[in-house]
Amino acid sequence: VGSVAVEDQPDVSAVLSAYNQQGDPTMYEEYYSGLKHFIECSLDCHRAELSQLFYPLFVHMYLELVYNQHENEAKSFFEKFHGDQECYYQDDLRVLSSLTKKEHMKGNETMLDFRTSKFVLRISRDSYQLLKRHLQEKQNNQIWNIVQEHLYIDIFDGMPRSKQQIDAMVGSLAGEAKREANKSKVFFGLLKEPEIEVPLDDEDEEGENEEGKPKKKKPKKDSIGSKSKKQDPNAPPQNRIPLPELKDSDKLDKIMNMKETTKRVRLGPDCLPSICFYTFLNAYQQGLTAVDVTDDSSLIAGGFADSTVRVWSVTPKKLRSVKQAADLSLIDKESDDVLERIMDEKTASELKILYGHSGPVYGASFSPDRNYLLSSSEDGTVRLWSLQTFTCLVGYKGHNYPVWDTQFSPYGYYFVSGGHDRVARLWATDHYQPLRIFAGHLADVNCTRFHPNSNYVATGSADRTVRLWDVLNGNCVRIFTGHKGPIHSLTFSPNGRFLATGATDGRVLLWDIGHGLMVGELKGHTDTVCSLRFSRDGEILASGSMDNTVRLWDAVKAFEDLETDDFTTATGHINLPENSQELLLGTYMTKSTPVVHLHFTRRNLVLAAGAYSPQ
Amino acid sequence: MAEEKKLKLSNTVLPSESMKVVAESMGIAQIQDETCQLLADEVSYRIKEIAQDALKFMHMGKRRKLTTSDIDYALKLKNVEPLYGFHAQEFIPFRSASGGGRQLYFNEEKEVDLSDIINTPLPRVPLDVCLKAHWLSIEGCQPAIPENPPPAPKDQQKAEATEPLKSAKPGQEEDGPLKSKGQRASPADGKGKEKKAPPLLEGGPFRLKPRSIHELSVEQQLYYKEITEACVGSCEAKRAGALQSIATDPGLYQMLPRFSTFISEGVRVNVVQNNLALLIYLMRMVKALMDNPTLYLEKYVHELIPAVMTCIVSRQLCLRPDVDNHWALRDFAARLVAQICKHFSTTTNNIQSRITKTFTKSWVDEKTPWTTRYGSIAGLAELGHDVIETLILPRLQQEGEQIRSVLDGPVLSNIDRIGADHVQSLLLKHCAPVLAKLRPPPDNQDAYQAEFGSLGPLLCSHVVKARAQAALQAQQVNRTTLTITQTRHTLTLSQASQPGPQTPGLLKVPVSIALPVQTLVSARAAVPPQPSPPPTKFIVMSPSSSASFTQQVLSLSTSAPGSSSTTTSPVTTTVPSVQPIVKLVSTATAAPPSTAPSGPGSVQKYIVVSFPPTGDSKGGPTSHPSPVPPQS
Repeated sequence: VGSVAVEDQPDVSAVLSAYNQQGDPTMYEEYYSGLKHFIECSLDCHRAELSQLFYPLFVHMYLELVYNQHENEAKSFFEKFHGDQECYYQDDLRVLSSLTKKEHMKGNETMLDFRTSKFVLRISRDSYQLLKRHLQEKQNNQIWNIVQEHLYIDIFDGMPRSKQQIDAMVGSLAGEAKREANKSKVFFGLLKEPEIEVPLDDEDEEGENEEGKPKKKKPKKDSIGSKSKKQDPNAPPQNRIPLPELKDSDKLDKIMNMKETTKRVRLGPDCLPSICFYTFLNAYQQGLTAVDVTDDSSLIAGGFADSTVRVWSVTPKKLRSVKQAADLSLIDKESDDVLERIMDEKTASELKILYGHSGPVYGASFSPDRNYLLSSSEDGTVRLWSLQTFTCLVGYKGHNYPVWDTQFSPYGYYFVSGGHDRVARLWATDHYQPLRIFAGHLADVNCTRFHPNSNYVATGSADRTVRLWDVLNGNCVRIFTGHKGPIHSLTFSPNGRFLATGATDGRVLLWDIGHGLMVGELKGHTDTVCSLRFSRDGEILASGSMDNTVRLWDAVKAFEDLETDDFTTATGHINLPENSQELLLGTYMTKSTPVVHLHFTRRNLVLAAGAYSPQ
Repeated sequence: MAEEKKLKLSNTVLPSESMKVVAESMGIAQIQDETCQLLADEVSYRIKEIAQDALKFMHMGKRRKLTTSDIDYALKLKNVEPLYGFHAQEFIPFRSASGGGRQLYFNEEKEVDLSDIINTPLPRVPLDVCLKAHWLSIEGCQPAIPENPPPAPKDQQKAEATEPLKSAKPGQEEDGPLKSKGQRASPADGKGKEKKAPPLLEGGPFRLKPRSIHELSVEQQLYYKEITEACVGSCEAKRAGALQSIATDPGLYQMLPRFSTFISEGVRVNVVQNNLALLIYLMRMVKALMDNPTLYLEKYVHELIPAVMTCIVSRQLCLRPDVDNHWALRDFAARLVAQICKHFSTTTNNIQSRITKTFTKSWVDEKTPWTTRYGSIAGLAELGHDVIETLILPRLQQEGEQIRSVLDGPVLSNIDRIGADHVQSLLLKHCAPVLAKLRPPPDNQDAYQAEFGSLGPLLCSHVVKARAQAALQAQQVNRTTLTITQTRHTLTLSQASQPGPQTPGLLKVPVSIALPVQTLVSARAAVPPQPSPPPTKFIVMSPSSSASFTQQVLSLSTSAPGSSSTTTSPVTTTVPSVQPIVKLVSTATAAPPSTAPSGPGSVQKYIVVSFPPTGDSKGGPTSHPSPVPPQS
């Protein structure tokens, strides 16, 4: 099992000293151009694969020159060859270009990333042999040393990959994922739903029929019922991780959910969902940074740059706090409507503001039972708020640096957070220290999401990889590479099989979790994809972006004909169809309002949210 | 990706001189160059590092603009104290100072008197964050409401109109909404099969152009009814609102065919009935439609041009051609046609040449009545200097003879006299500036007489005046242009309340009235706020009682800045004509009490027209009015 669990940060000077052995600084350009010439003259089938070497070699040679204080040589080396690198390395190159002195190398994260982790390349055996022969013939020890020490070449047998295949998978800070990193088994199935007796409401049923949507209902309802009762072969054992027990109120909510499910709109290319857009007005100065909507779509929370969290009720039911202790003692605890009596009618309002953070609030998440709200902030804390008293209950400290995202587990109790300290942490609401620390990302963890079965956590990072972590043991079970920019949004499909991720480059990538493969690429957005969400039945994928659009994609078609034959799964070499335009079902422009959050209601209505930002 | 590969990265470094300046400011006088260089390298590196971190905060804050607080947070990451005092949301006004061969940029910090701050009243509390819901899409179709961007951007409408094949190509981002519209329609009208029937086409290179739906929703029907009624109704305030709505509302795309038909039918009927007021209202509608930034009228010009042309060249537009000012309507419509030409004339539709031909033909004909003659010339003249030069100037002599024969000859008909007089002043007005540019000074009466015949002497004096004006303008250009540039033409019609059966359906506006520009849409909470240019207000004031006036038709207009022929004159050409005084007042100095609520931050412009007491200048028909301050 390729686990990259908790990795100790090696001593900086020890890492750097690996660069001590050096050749003639003036020869570096010659070495590089010699290799470049060789690769460009090699056969077409090998050229694409060997071209992958350019970038890591370029970086390491440059760093060696800088480390050994050959400033001028380093500069001219950079000037000469940085134009050859693929455009998606531009951001890293920019960091590199400012790094011109040995002193700068200490404490530079990008540089350390390069040193502490071997850059992974996937090359076919034939191409590798070709390279090896060439380097040995030419006695090019400098390059051979770098290849040996700083690169990890994952050799596979079979046909060399094409340029497109390579381009689809590369782009991350540390190269591709090793093949064995994605080999472990993932239980991506859904947990069995607890059996709840649904009191058949005859009145309700009749009411439905009057509305003129008869007959079809019943079989659909049965299918939903039966699906949850059958054990999914891919599902983890029910008690793999301990989950909180269902309370009575949870059961009531589940019943509500099932009732709503029967009224759900069947979506498809011919039946697109309606989109209701919640615009945050006058929020440009305060800066809307995060939004969440409860599962039943009754509450909306907004996190703002002015450190506040605001909770709105979007139903006629207003937000009320519980009465003061003195008043509570006067209440007859035996009465039937005690839950109603404890609420203070005087505090009823549509909006509650939660004060407590001391920095912009970058993440917000409601608990599934709507009693709590989590918020994560620049001040390095995650706070748990009670939605009964509208006060802060706990401040979870541990990240020390800005916490970019947080999310409750779909079963409550657990939550995950990820931040600038490059780790994601798993917490339980009743522990002030994290239960797990998921370390391995080479840059900020930008977004975190729970798998629907609560056994896994996916994280998207600025190192342009997506990782899937096992909540049980903290192992990294999947590393997905292919994004060309920091990842800003993640979502699991409702059946747990697929993952969709969006990045600053405006592309959305689709992944098959079971096989550990990229299965689709959705191009269309022109700016960061901030939010992604599947419809409740998984037919439609909605994406919202900084380019002020909401786009709807045909998820059924995207996952329809997957290449999941043995060869593809074994090698991970996929051919992505260029079908973004066919999959795009609709584009909806907003009026200069970036789409920060998307949500499907239980009846498959899309709720989108964002702050109006005048140009 | 090969083409994107060429990226340019350069390592910019702060100049070492700035290190010296900073050192000096800290009291270190002697600092070695080498040290400066080292410091500059180091500082540049650190600044870049901080900038890169600050970008991270910008991205996570879901913004596209880096703010000072992002930099503060980035500094905090590095355990550096933030820079206090930079809280401007927009930009920090750095000032530059130079002296002693050095350039210095600094943030000007003024000394603040605390007592001032304490004593000034508190500023208004900023509006609190609030939440507003609207439909971005209903079953895949985006409703045309002010909260949404215009359904079909003008560029797309243009592309559709001019390059129909191109816009139907798949892969165009813009056809998203349209495409889904088609999809919505298919199950709705039971023709879903039709779409699915040819599976051969699916995914192939063909894509059928989606049918556009021409059914209006109930709301749209109501809107259409309200708007059209207000446009031709009797309440001027309502009309102003309606026109404003037509000129700015984004969702009118679907209603365009209706409006177009409404206008062309309206003109057809009202020309026959000689209903001048209604014709004016309809032309103002055309103008409003043209002004709407979200509408592209290409597909409807075939209906609009005949309507507008009718208003230019029709033999009779009003019941009493000797009294009513139909000339203003002709002028206004002529400008409209010129605008249409400018926007929609292409090499394939040849609109401009066709229009020019029509005008020339009716002008050249000897038997053409003076009204039509006037319209044709006005239409041609508005098309620009080139047209005047090539088509009007060569005919000046001939035309002059005709005019003289009417004016100096035996009085056959008063109407003819008035017509000829108008044609003459029109020719003088348009030709003089052109001639002023074409002919080098000095202007010789005889030379003009020789070249242009009987119009020569008058032309000469006008050219002289035009030159003087041009010179004056050149001097005053700084003072006047700012206040006068307006982007909209407006034709306001006001008249004295006058007993008489002739003006049924005409609005009755007392001469002294301020017309607040209200919008119908403003009643709806248009949120997010819609940016629209501040409406120009025309305030008509009268110092004396209005009883002595018969009828006044004012046309006030300015053309778009940049176009050369910005002659603007309130043309009052009724028999007892008076001279109006037009003043431009900016709100900054004097705000009239009757100001309508104005958009924040926009400077409002007022044109105050006042009439001097009657009897002041009761010139005959020959005296051409308006010693108006030149505007351009």
